Amino acid sequence: MCMADTFLKLDHVKKYFGGVKALKGVSLEVKCGEIHCLAGENGCGKSTLIKVISGAHNATEGEIYIEGKRIDKLTPIDSIRMGIQVIYQDFAVFPNLSVAENIAMNHALMTGAKKMKWKEARELALHAMEQIGAHMDPDILVERLSVANKQMVAICRAIINDAKLLILDEPTTALTANEVEKLNIIIRNLKEKGMAIVIVNHKLDEIYRIADRLTILRNGENVATGMIEEFDRARFVKCLTGHEVADDIYRPEYFEEEIVKVENLTKKGAFENVNFTLRKGDVLGITGLLGSGRGEIGDALFGLAPAETGTITLNGKKIEIRSVQDAMKYKIGYVPEDRLTQGLFMDRSICQNTVAASIGRYMEKTGLDHKKMKEVTWQWIKTIGCAASSSEAMMRTLSGGNAQKMVIAKWLNTEPSLLILNGPTVGVDVGSKADIHTILHELAKKGIGIMIISDDLNELIHNCNKLIIMKNGQTSGIIETGDMSEAELTGLLNSGM
Amino acid sequence: MNKKVKQILTTNEIIVVYIIIALCILIGIVNPVFLGMSTAITLSRAMLITLIFAICEMVVIISGGIDVSFPAVACIAMYSTIRFVIAFGIESPIFAYGMVALIGLAFGALNAYLIAKIKLPPLIATLGVSSVANGATLAFLGTKEISNIPEKMDALSKVFLISYTNSQGITYQLTALILIPVSMIIVAYYVLKYTMLGRGIYAIGGDKNAARIAGFNVTRIQFIVYMSSGLFAGIGGLTYTILMRQASPQSLMGSEMMVIAAVVVGGTRITGGHGTVIGTILGVLLIAIVQNNLIMLGIPTHFQTFVVGLIIVIGTSITSLRAKKIANSAKV
Repeated sequence: MCMADTFLKLDHVKKYFGGVKALKGVSLEVKCGEIHCLAGENGCGKSTLIKVISGAHNATEGEIYIEGKRIDKLTPIDSIRMGIQVIYQDFAVFPNLSVAENIAMNHALMTGAKKMKWKEARELALHAMEQIGAHMDPDILVERLSVANKQMVAICRAIINDAKLLILDEPTTALTANEVEKLNIIIRNLKEKGMAIVIVNHKLDEIYRIADRLTILRNGENVATGMIEEFDRARFVKCLTGHEVADDIYRPEYFEEEIVKVENLTKKGAFENVNFTLRKGDVLGITGLLGSGRGEIGDALFGLAPAETGTITLNGKKIEIRSVQDAMKYKIGYVPEDRLTQGLFMDRSICQNTVAASIGRYMEKTGLDHKKMKEVTWQWIKTIGCAASSSEAMMRTLSGGNAQKMVIAKWLNTEPSLLILNGPTVGVDVGSKADIHTILHELAKKGIGIMIISDDLNELIHNCNKLIIMKNGQTSGIIETGDMSEAELTGLLNSGM
Repeated sequence: MNKKVKQILTTNEIIVVYIIIALCILIGIVNPVFLGMSTAITLSRAMLITLIFAICEMVVIISGGIDVSFPAVACIAMYSTIRFVIAFGIESPIFAYGMVALIGLAFGALNAYLIAKIKLPPLIATLGVSSVANGATLAFLGTKEISNIPEKMDALSKVFLISYTNSQGITYQLTALILIPVSMIIVAYYVLKYTMLGRGIYAIGGDKNAARIAGFNVTRIQFIVYMSSGLFAGIGGLTYTILMRQASPQSLMGSEMMVIAAVVVGGTRITGGHGTVIGTILGVLLIAIVQNNLIMLGIPTHFQTFVVGLIIVIGTSITSLRAKKIANSAKV
């Protein structure tokens, strides 16, 4: 384990890529036995910083000390040998191999083994799982594990390599509230054993629950470092974004007009007898633990996996949704959970992405009206507050928050009557998050039905005036959010009312 | 424990075993002679070449790729070697095997270069190399069938391990060349299961990026995989010629579908990362039975292609459906 008091020290580390200054001088100190959270909006240099620490990038300037020793040049293998382990967002596990093999493989590679010793691998895996209190069948293939358990495998794999510093890159993005709690217990446990831990995260509430110390990065610089107690919510947000962000609660005026009415919607194995009404001005939230059927309702309304029975009434008209084409005909838009693979063409321009769902409109006799497409895209870029320099830039060049804004713009360009958003702000930074919420509220006021499917309770409380809680495919309650606190809601979720 | 037994009884391999047993019983009822030593010998002989190719193809598919160039590589390696040894009067089979292996290795390296370095999709790369190799054979080496194989090489086809004479006095003999696929099976089994290289092949088939982060040399592994595939394609080609006692520049062309079918029916997932040597042997056995023995059920010859096609479609669908079921099943 970690021997010195300070495990890692970075002193004015700079990293330039050509003319781009990704890190403009970051100083960071990580102590043994502490949980250090690294927060910052997308594009603030967090990923670059991690890559410098893991040896994947060489710092352009600045000094790195590990356990008090000055390191001149840090290579990936050096970094691992010195006890630095990074758990990436996608965990980098092998779905086709067993739990035991996944855990033991890096160790075997690090020691330069030529042979695969199955018995040793199994023992190593069991030992690692015991250390963090995970219980998995070591012989099961990782493809059969839940996201949370895949993460456990990644953690086990990291700690058996004598990790002294464990870096977790946004470890909670795909976890439910319960799983986050379990993860926190494991992280605290590792800390007790003297391990230094860095967590990259930008969910405020999660940071408050786990961090000892906090460093906030903005535009490649560390703007603040200190014990977590020194940061109240307002200071935190201000450091993060550079400006004050209003933390309003959405309370719409009351309208009689019903936009969507769903009655007895059922799809066997996914959800049963779902009923709700969405009035003009409403922002309706759907939440529940993973597997509760919350995402499936969205999929059903958009025709991805249509419901079997039940009626859907949209603006007073009974409609039947059997396919995505049906849904689009009735002007329903869907922002999927995973924008990278389901919502965007990453290697296409912003313009092509923006008109993707409304391309028919730009069809002229002689072909597509490119000029009009570009104009419309540029208008959306401005309206929605996307930081893009041109409508022709590749989607891949946008940060998570800006990309998500364009997914929303794509659907707004179809002039939807109902917009369903599944995890609208996953992987989106605080500033963009607030922007997206404002956009949604404005749309709701204009009479577009807005449904948010999410497990970000804070987001739901602040943005939805009505909330459906799903449990095992059933609606276990419909509540007006009122002044409900996050803790109360967590209680409801886990008890299922 | 019960669950584990159930798991074992429903693995891909066991399902293929069920089908093989069912087919054998069916054929055995119609023609009891089938269930005898003679069938074992004929089938082993029929499986010999397919096994050589199938083992390599399996390794390539596990690594997340595919190789459709092996028949063309086998043909060019074998045909150029035969013409060379005849022209220079070289008798040694060892020299001939060395030469086919080297030519095969070179084409394998070309495949690997295109796939690992230039990053072409494996199907496109090997399709292109296949065309190049086949075209070169016909354009530069000619189209003549050669039947005057050097004597010492020809003699290899007459070395037998087992001889069996049935009641009617017909003699069945098992060629010693069967030792080539048998030793390949043993080596492949060991390498895939018990060496880091073998696990690396599975790892890159599962997730290339994760393999790179874990510290595997992905490019090196891909080179090893495609080069061994080329090498054994050459050896398979020459072995085929010795068994047939004549060299034809096109003889193996078109066998890739059948080989890939055997591999996939044996439980190797076409998307990479999964597959076993045992499964591949069973897949090859199943296809061999269908090709050689369906006639005993009174099914006319031209129906065999139809049945092989059917097996490919059904077999691959089952594997694919299982993969989909696992993807959708409740996670633990």
